Amino acid sequence: MNNTLYKLTQLDFYAVDLQLYLDTHPNDAKAIAEYNKTINDAQKLRSDYEQTNGPLTSKYLSPAEKFDWIDEPWTWEEQYN
Amino acid sequence: MWIYDKKLEFPVKIKKRNPKLAKLIITQYGGPDGELGASLRYLSQRFATVTPQAKAALTDIGTEELAHLEMIGAIVQQLTANLSIEEIKASGFEPFYVEHGLGVFPSSAAGDPFTAAAFQSKGDPVTDLYEDMAAEQKARSTYEYLLDMIDDPDVAAPIKFLREREIVHFQRFGESLEYVRSYLSANHYF
Ligand SMILES: [Fe+2]
Repeated sequence: MNNTLYKLTQLDFYAVDLQLYLDTHPNDAKAIAEYNKTINDAQKLRSDYEQTNGPLTSKYLSPAEKFDWIDEPWTWEEQYN
Repeated sequence: MWIYDKKLEFPVKIKKRNPKLAKLIITQYGGPDGELGASLRYLSQRFATVTPQAKAALTDIGTEELAHLEMIGAIVQQLTANLSIEEIKASGFEPFYVEHGLGVFPSSAAGDPFTAAAFQSKGDPVTDLYEDMAAEQKARSTYEYLLDMIDDPDVAAPIKFLREREIVHFQRFGESLEYVRSYLSANHYF
């Protein structure tokens, strides 16, 4: 697996877990700061990854010559992971 | 609405085919305690719940369950990719094969197709959250029974991840229930 993608997967998962925690602890300032930091870090990694590997979400500006959202491998395929 | 993120929540990379195992793990795709039922349960129940905490928890956990559904689909796909007819016959995969080929179909380990009859949306926020806590425990048990059947560490890693998520979800639903209870008692609802 691509190393940037691996790190992004970890950060995004951490954000998901913090988000669930914040759903039921919405006034935990420490967790909010950690959440914000995680989102920021993930955002940077995400754009790094997308620059070389193409988009992870749709609504992404595509290069004029090819709509690279469709590029293989897709997520469930062994080569992706 | 939802936006697709083109990656898995946790990587699934399985080198060895194992159709026998795929037939068991498919139950977490479309079986009674599987991820599809979990997602539909929470995403349906949220329309009738109260308190911002419970609304957020049902939405976010219902969404995360879709990511889990995708992981289970990826596990099943990789365990059955490019099987030969001989391998299908040797592993007892024929009943699934004649119905679905090497496609992924939401069904239980016993072959029963997915049904919404396995969950409720009762319109009562307390009742629903009790069901949700039980559902998370049932899913955890299923993952533990599956782990009893799994020798391949490539398969065990994502299954262990999913098992741990059930414990976190159980915790969040328990906390949501407390918010819902105090909201309802403050309003003399019951
Ligand atoms: Fe869950």
